[in-house]
This record gives sequence, C-alpha cells and structure tokens, in this order.
Amino acid sequence: MKIDPITLLFASIFTSNILLANFLGMCSYISISKDLKSSNGLGMAVTFVMTVTTVVNWFVYHYVIVPLKIEYLRYIIFIVVIAAVVQILEMVIDRISPSLYITLGIFLPLITVNCAILGVTLFMQLRDYSVVQSLFYGLGSGLGWWLAIVLLAAIRKKIDNAPAPAGLKGTGLTFITIGIMAMAFIGFSGMIRVQ
Amino acid sequence: MNDLSNIAKKNILKENQILIQVLGICSTLAVTNNLRNTLIMAVGVTLVTALSSMTVSIIKDYIPRTIRMMVETLIIAFYVIIVDIILRAYLPEVSKALGPYVGLIITNCIIMGRAEAFAQANKPILSFWDGFTAGLGYTLVLLTVAFIRELLGFGTVFGIRVMPSSFTPWTIMVMAPSAFFVVAILIWIVKSKLIKGSEKK
Repeated sequence: MKIDPITLLFASIFTSNILLANFLGMCSYISISKDLKSSNGLGMAVTFVMTVTTVVNWFVYHYVIVPLKIEYLRYIIFIVVIAAVVQILEMVIDRISPSLYITLGIFLPLITVNCAILGVTLFMQLRDYSVVQSLFYGLGSGLGWWLAIVLLAAIRKKIDNAPAPAGLKGTGLTFITIGIMAMAFIGFSGMIRVQ
Repeated sequence: MNDLSNIAKKNILKENQILIQVLGICSTLAVTNNLRNTLIMAVGVTLVTALSSMTVSIIKDYIPRTIRMMVETLIIAFYVIIVDIILRAYLPEVSKALGPYVGLIITNCIIMGRAEAFAQANKPILSFWDGFTAGLGYTLVLLTVAFIRELLGFGTVFGIRVMPSSFTPWTIMVMAPSAFFVVAILIWIVKSKLIKGSEKK
C-alpha cells in the first residue's frame, strides 16, 4: 500500500484514531481518564513507547522473523520486544532525566499490557508498511491516543457533577461520552482514510 | 459444589468482567458488528482464559514473583498462538476478518486479571472453572451487543435476514460509536438492577 507518511500521520491521529475507531487501549483509557494530570502523563508515555516499539518491531519482523520463517511465533516475539523496550526506556529515562522519570515512571509498567501498543505493531505488520510509514504510523497513533485521553479526562471532570440517573453515573456516562467523541472523530473520515 | 456455582454466579452476573469491572473492552467493541465473528472470538477468549488460568495455577509455586507478569504473558501468548493457528487452518475467512484482534487476545485484561486475581491463590481445577465462567460472562455480553448491532445495522441475525425489506439499516450501528452506546445502555440496565437489588436488602 502506497500512502505517504504525512497523510498516514494525520489519518492515524484523526480519522483512524487507534482508540476511537479501533478500540485499542480501552482498559487504561477508562481507568486513568478520571484525572487530567495522569492522563497527560500516560498519553505522553504511550506516544513515546508506541513510536519506539513500532519501529523496533518493524526491524525485528523484517530482519529476524521473516528470514528465520518463524511467523507463527510473532505474537510472543512482539510482546517480548515491547516488554524489553519498555524496560530499557525506563532505565534510560531514569538516567537522563529524573524529572521526566517521576512523571512517566509509574505509567511505564502499565504500558506493556496496553493493547494499543501491540495493536499498532500488528496493524503495521498486517498492512505491510515501510519503515518510514511505520515510524509515522506509530507516532500518529500515539498522538491520537494522547489527544483522546486528555479530551476525555477534561470532559469527565465536568460530567462527574452532572445530575445523571444513578445506574448511568460513572462508567455508563463515560461510555456515552466516548461514543459521541468517536462520532466527532469519524466526521473527519471523508478527508483521508487508511483502511 | 457450592463453590463452583458461587464462582459461576459471581463471574457471570455480579462481577461481570465487562459490565461491572470494565475489563477487556478493547476486543469487545471491535468485533461486535457481526454475530458470527463475535461468537468465534468469544469462544477463543473463553478457552484462552480458562486454560491459562489453569496453567498459571499449576505452576504458580515455581514462578519467581519478580517475573510473574512476564511468565503469565508468555503462557497467554502460547494459547493465543494455538487459537490463531486453528482459526487460520479451519476458518480462514473469519481469521482474516478478525485480523489483529486474535493476537490482541494476549493483552485482553480479563485474562491477566483472572490469572492475577484468582489463579495465583487457587487450585488448578477451580482456576479453570473461574476462567471459564469469566469467559462465559464475557461471551454473554459480547453476543448481546453483537445481536443488537447486527440486527439494527444490517437487519440480519447470523447473516440471515429477519427484518422486513422496508427496514432501513442504521448505518451508525455498523460503525464504531454505536458499540459505545450499546455497551453504555447495557451497563445502565445492569447497574440499575443491582442498585435496586441492594436497596431491597
């Protein structure tokens, strides 16, 4: 598929938002978005890890998995790579910038089991992106996730005070909010699209 | 026996993984605009949950605490690969439609949640049952959501037309946002029931 990287970047932020169109990374999305500050931190961490892991997994897939013909092991390999990258990033960030480590630190272990990270890797492999496309796709998906969680956290702050029926309060209302957000994002989809 | 039915009741109704615990949402929503794919996905998740809970429970005494999560992830990935290979061999078109979501069973929080919360402290057979019933609760919700979406979105049930031909399909039901609305309404119904139930006591 030939789609230029910049288009891919914008498509993955808006029209094919990894969260609102593909439903990935919902667990942490719902539980963390109660608080705006942590949402921002987690969003930053996810963007960072997603960009790095997508590119690393691209190299692993094309230079290790395909030549050795072990495609059936790819899930295990991808998840191990993601765990390893997260671990290394944690150490590097701790060494280089302790202040960033304090903001991101608690979120990093959570990210290994964030389905969005593995999802982006699998989509990248399935759609046969080149390395540059993968870089922009990873970055765009991360930014899209970040945008979505910060938006939801800001909305939830107001919505928690709204008088809603008891059964709908909390999770139910959050879901309806996300649904409306998803509709808004899908509104962009006439402009550009990746499948 | 009492134990078994208690666990089942808890996992399917009182603490339904999706509606009450809000776990495993990712895959729930993505595949539910088509009943057939949903059923296959749900069976896959149920099997993986049950088997990995059992495996974790069998080897729990040999896993060092520090790498526990990693080992659990690998066990889950192992079963997911089996499911993936079976799907690709026998149901290639379904496997294609589900795409990356089969692989994403690995990061389904329900499985990890059951392994961590239950299998760590219980016997293998009990853990198997716990994982199995948690999967059943998941299946139930998934099928309900898929039923509503397929009925209104395509006018069909399992691919068979049931709505009269004058029925205009609701395109929104096929697209992503409707999944959120349908789940929200289900949560609303179940929670209201639970609140009423606790008031009676």
